[in-house]
Amino acid sequence: MISTVEAPSGSHGGSGSPLLSIEGVTVQYPSKGWRKPAFTALKGISLDIQPGETMGLVGESGSGKTTLGRAVLGLAPVTAGAIRYDGKVISSMNRKERRSLSDEIQVVFQDPYTSLNPALTVLDILAEPLMTAGTGRAAAEQRVTDLLEQVHLPKDAATRLPREFSGGQRQRIAIARALCRDPRLIVCDEPVSALDLSNQSRVLDLFIEIQERTGVSYLFVTHDLSVVRYISHRVAVMYKGEIVESGTADKITSNPDASYTQRLLLAAPVPDPERQAVRRATRQQFNAQLRMAEATGQAN
Amino acid sequence: MVVFLIRRLLAGILLVILVASATYIMLNFTGSDVARNIVGETATPEQAMAKAAELGLDRPIGVRYFDWLGTTFTGNLGKSWFNSVPVSTTLLTALPVTLSIILGALILSAMVSVVLGSIAAVRAGWLDKSIQVGAVLADSIPGFLVALILAMVVAVNLGWLPATGFVPFQRSVVEWLRSITLPSIALAFGATAATTQQLRGSMLDVLRLDFVRTLRSRGLSDRRVIFKHVLRNAAPPALTVLSLQFIGLVGGAVIVEKVFGLRGIGSIATSAAVQGDAPVVLGVVIVMVVIVVAVNLIADLAYGWLNPKVRAE
Amino acid sequence: MTIPPIDGIVAAPAGGNIARKRHVAVQVLQDPVAICSLAILLILILVSVLAPFLTDQDPLKSSLAQTLAPMGQEHLLGADGVGRDVVARLLYGGQTSLAAALVAVGVAFAVGLPAGLLGGYYRGRADAILAWASNFMMAVPAIIVLLVVMAAVSQSTYVAMVVLGLIVSPSVYRLVRASVVSVREELFVDAARVSGLSDARIIRRHILPVVQAPSIIQAAQIFGVSIGIQAGIAFLGLGSPNEASWGAMLNDAFANIYVAPLLLLWPGLIICLTTASLALLANSLRDILGGSRKRTQRHLERKRDAESSSAREASTPAPADYAPVAEDVLLVVENLKVNYPVDGGRRTVVDGVSLTVSRGQVLGLVGESGSGKSQTAFSLLGLLPPEARVSAERLHFDGVELNSLGRGAMNRLRGKRIAYVPQEPMSNLDPAFSIGSQLAEPLRQHLKISAKEARTRLLGLLERVGINDPARVYDSYPHQVSGGMAQRVLIAGAISCDPDLLIADEPTTALDVTVQAEILDLIRSLQAERNMGVILVTHDFGVVADLCDRVAVMHTGKIVEAAEVRDLFANPQDPYTRMLLSSTLEGATPRPPLNRKPGVPNSTRPNPALPNRAQTA
Repeated sequence: MISTVEAPSGSHGGSGSPLLSIEGVTVQYPSKGWRKPAFTALKGISLDIQPGETMGLVGESGSGKTTLGRAVLGLAPVTAGAIRYDGKVISSMNRKERRSLSDEIQVVFQDPYTSLNPALTVLDILAEPLMTAGTGRAAAEQRVTDLLEQVHLPKDAATRLPREFSGGQRQRIAIARALCRDPRLIVCDEPVSALDLSNQSRVLDLFIEIQERTGVSYLFVTHDLSVVRYISHRVAVMYKGEIVESGTADKITSNPDASYTQRLLLAAPVPDPERQAVRRATRQQFNAQLRMAEATGQAN
Repeated sequence: MVVFLIRRLLAGILLVILVASATYIMLNFTGSDVARNIVGETATPEQAMAKAAELGLDRPIGVRYFDWLGTTFTGNLGKSWFNSVPVSTTLLTALPVTLSIILGALILSAMVSVVLGSIAAVRAGWLDKSIQVGAVLADSIPGFLVALILAMVVAVNLGWLPATGFVPFQRSVVEWLRSITLPSIALAFGATAATTQQLRGSMLDVLRLDFVRTLRSRGLSDRRVIFKHVLRNAAPPALTVLSLQFIGLVGGAVIVEKVFGLRGIGSIATSAAVQGDAPVVLGVVIVMVVIVVAVNLIADLAYGWLNPKVRAE
Repeated sequence: MTIPPIDGIVAAPAGGNIARKRHVAVQVLQDPVAICSLAILLILILVSVLAPFLTDQDPLKSSLAQTLAPMGQEHLLGADGVGRDVVARLLYGGQTSLAAALVAVGVAFAVGLPAGLLGGYYRGRADAILAWASNFMMAVPAIIVLLVVMAAVSQSTYVAMVVLGLIVSPSVYRLVRASVVSVREELFVDAARVSGLSDARIIRRHILPVVQAPSIIQAAQIFGVSIGIQAGIAFLGLGSPNEASWGAMLNDAFANIYVAPLLLLWPGLIICLTTASLALLANSLRDILGGSRKRTQRHLERKRDAESSSAREASTPAPADYAPVAEDVLLVVENLKVNYPVDGGRRTVVDGVSLTVSRGQVLGLVGESGSGKSQTAFSLLGLLPPEARVSAERLHFDGVELNSLGRGAMNRLRGKRIAYVPQEPMSNLDPAFSIGSQLAEPLRQHLKISAKEARTRLLGLLERVGINDPARVYDSYPHQVSGGMAQRVLIAGAISCDPDLLIADEPTTALDVTVQAEILDLIRSLQAERNMGVILVTHDFGVVADLCDRVAVMHTGKIVEAAEVRDLFANPQDPYTRMLLSSTLEGATPRPPLNRKPGVPNSTRPNPALPNRAQTA
C-alpha cells in the first residue's frame, strides 16, 4: 500500500489514539451542468472517534451528515483533507486497497428495504462478505447462525427472503451483515429513522448491547436529537456542510451553545402537552429574538 | 433550451455527414465494376474505361471522397450514373409520396394509441387484456405482411380503395387521401401497437403517484384528472417511443411502397441499390437521415413543452 | 428465542417464499400462452432442422414444367412461379430464417451487453462515448443500411443479419445500461462494496441477475424483428438466389399475386406464426419475471407492508369514541370497516372504527405503520383504491350521510367542505403544471369564479401561509420550490375553499424538524382562525402533544383508546398506549461520555430506559 502513512503512535488500541480521525475533509461533487460550479457537500470537517465510542452526527437534510458517513466508507470523493483509520490514511486509497478495509469498517444504511438484495436469501446475504474473505461454506453457515442469534432473529430466518420480514427485522439483518467480519467501526446512516417507534428503541438497545460486548465504535448519523442523545457518547451538530458544535450528548441535547443547535432543540416537539406548550412559547420567543437580531444586524 | 437545441442540431448535421460518408465508402468498395454495368455486357473494355473516366471513377478514392463531400455541401447531389437525371429532381418527385404515407401513419398512430392506451390503463379487465394482447400481436407481425393483407382484401377483393398508385395532393385532396389510406394504415400498425403499450404502462405508473390522489381530494372529476393530469404526465415516455418508431416508419415505407406500387423514396432506393447507382443511393440516405433528425428535433421540442423540468434546463 | 409480537415475524410460514423462488421454467410451464408459443417455436425449429428427412424435394431446383403447379401428390402445397416445391422451400427457408435471426440476436448481445454493463457500472467518459455512438446508430433506418450493405458487400442473409445485429445492439445497450444504473443506485450494491466484494463479483452476483430478465425478453423481441426484417429485404428482391427463405417466397408469390394468391398464404402464415409466438412468449416472460415493473412492485410491497395489519380476531368489541355530543358536531363515524381482497379472502385493515369530530376540534389519530390510521382517513375522503370495500353504520358529515352520496355529489363536497393535506409534499403536486394553475383549477370549479379572481384569492392565501413572494411561487413549477414551501402550497390549496373539516395525513413527517415546527404553527393558527375541525394522522406523540385536543390510538385496525390529550398523556389506560408512550426516547437519560481505560471495554453504561421498557420489550 503506497498511500499508507504510519501514525506517530504506531500501534493501535494504544493510549488515547483515536480509531478514526477526520482531518479537514472537504467533499466536492463535480456539477453535471455546463460551466456550473462544483457542489461542495462538506467544508473542512474535523472529527475523531475513540475505540468503543459512539459519535453521533446530527443535522437536517442537506447538512452533509450522510455525505460524511459515505466519505468514511469511501463512497464519496474526498477532495481535500484526510481520513485516518488506525493511523493509516484511507481517504486516498483506490478501490482495491479499500477492499482490504472491509473487515475493519462496516455500514448499516437507513432504508432496510433497499439495502438488502431482494433476490437473495438472508443466508446468502450474510454469507457473502464471509466467503469473499475466504471462509468456507460450512464455517460461513455456522457463523450466520451465530450472527442471527446475536441480533435476536430466529434460526430459520436464514432460509427466507428479505421481503418476508418487517422493517425492524430487516434492519436487524443489516446489522448482522455489518457484524459478519468483526469490524471495529460501523457507520450507521439513519438506521432507525424508517422504523416504528417501538422497534426504534429495540434496535437502538441492540446497537448498545453489541457495542458493550464487542467494543465496536459507531459513527451514528441521524436527524433525531432524542435518538442521538440516547445512543451517543459524543455528538457533533452539522449545518450546511460544517460542524457548528460538538460535545457530550448531555451538553448538546440539554444545554447547547450554538444558536442553530438551540433552534433544532426547540423545534423538536415533546410528547407532553404542558411541556410542549412551554417549549413552543420559548421557541417562538427565541425565533423572534433571532429575527430581531438579524434585522438590527442588517441595519448596522 | 436554446443551447440544447443548437447542440442537437449540430449533432444532427454531424450524423448526416457520418452516415453519408460511411455509405460513400461502402459503395466504393463494392466488388462489381459499375462502369461495366452501365455500358452493358456487350461494350468493349475501352468503352467501359471511357465511362469510368467520365464518372471520375479512375481517380483515387481519397480524392473522390473529398470532391464528393465538397459538392454535396453546396447542396448539389449530382446526377444518376444510369439515366443522368439530377438526383435532386428524382428525390423531389418521390418525396411527397413517402412523406404523405409516413405522416399519415404518424398521425394515425398518435391518435389511435392515445385512445387505446388510455382505455387500457383506466379500464381493468377484459378490455384491457384484449387491447394488450392485440398490441403484442400487432407489434409482432411485420408491417409489409399487413400491407399485403390489406392490399389483397380491401383493395383487390372488396375494391374499396385503390390497390396501387399515388395521386398528388394538388390534383385532388380526396383521391390523395384514398391513395395513401391503405399504405398509412399498414405502416401505422406496428408503431401504434408499441406506442399503445408504452402509454398504457406509463399511465398506470402515473395513476399510482400521490398527486393523483391529492387532485381527486380537491373534488376534480376522474375524467378531468385522467385526461388532463395523468395523460399529460404519461405522454413524454410515449412520445419517446413514437419518435423511435418514426425511424422504423421510414424503413417500413420502403417495403410498403413496393406492395402498393408507389414511386416513393423507398422504391428509388431499392432500384438504385440493386444497380449500384451510387449518387442516387447517397441522395436517398442523406434525405432520410435529415428527415429523421428533423423529427427528433420536433420530438425534443414537444418533450420540453410537456415536461417543465426539461424546459428549464 | 422468542420474538416480541410487534416486531414479530409476518405470519407467513417458511414455505411462503417457495412460490417466488420456484424456477422460472416451472412457472413458464404453468402459463398456457407461454406453453403454446414455446411448442410452436420448438416444432418450427425441429421441422426446419429435420427438413432433409421430411422432404426429398430440392428447394432450389426450378423446373419450367412445374411452374405454379397445383397442390397434389407431387407437390403437397404446389410449386412456385419457377416450379420449385413450396413445402421444401418452407422447410429449408426455416433453416435460413431461424439461424440467421439467431446470428442477429447473438451479435446484438455480444456488442450491447458488455457495453451496457461497462457504461452503466463505471459511468464516466466511456459511458458518454457509448451513449453518443448508440444515439447515432439508433437514428439510422435499418432497412436503408441493409439495402446499401446487401447491394455493396454481400447478398448473404447471414451477413445482413450480422449488420442488423449491430444496428439493434444500441437497444440492448440502452436496456442493460438502464437496468445496471437502477441497481447501482441501490444501497445493497454500496453495502456489497463496503463488504469488500470486487467489482467483477458485484456485477456477477448483484447486477447480472437483474439484467437477466429484461435481456431474455428483449432477445425474444429481437429474434422476432430479425425474422420480419429478413423477410422484408428478401421480399424486396435483395436476397441471394442460392438461399431458400420465407421472404424470397413472398417475393415470388407477390409476382404471381393475381394468378396464385395462395402462394402468399403459406410463407405469410409461417412468418406471422413465428413472430407472434415470439412476442407472446416475451410477453409471458415479462409477466413471470417481473421485467421492468420490478421497482414498482417493490414500491407497492413497501406500501402494503406499511398499510397491512393482520387484524387479529378480537373478542372484545372496539371501544367507541363517545365524545360529548355537542351541537357543533361535524363528523360522526360509527363502525367503519375497510377490507381488501387477498388470495382466498379479504383482509380487514380498518375494523370497526367509531369517532366524532366537532367544529374547531383537532383529533389526533395515532398509531404505528399498519394500524389502519391512514386507511381510516382516506375512507372518509372516499379516496381508497377501487378494490377496497368500505362499510360503516354511520358516516355523517354535517347533516349529510356520506355513504349514500354519488360520485358527483362527493366531488362537490371534496375539496370544498372536506379538504386533505398529504404527507409527502413534493410528490403531491403535479410536476407538469404550474403551482398556480393546479391550485386554481378546483377553486374555479367549486366557486365558479374567473381565472383572474382565483389568482387574486390564491395570492392572498399563499401570503397567508407564509410565502414571501406569492406571485413568483404562483407561476413556479413544483420542482422549483423546496419541500417546506411545497407543503405550504398544499395547505393553501386545502384551505382555499374554506373547508369545515381538514384531514391531514402525517403532514410534517417528510419535513425537517425546524420546518415541521413552522408548519405545525401554521396549521394551528389556520385552524383557530377558521374554526375548522381537523383530523391529524400521525405516529409522533410530540406532534400530538403540540396540536391535538383529543387523541385516538389505533392498533391493528381498531381504536384501542381515545381520550382528551392531557388525560391520555397523564394517565394512559390501554397497555398498547402505555407501551407506545414508554418507547419514546424523549426524557431518557443521555448517554454519558466514554470512560476509557486502555484495553478494557467500556461497560459503564447505566440503564437510562424508562422503568416499563423492560416489561414490554
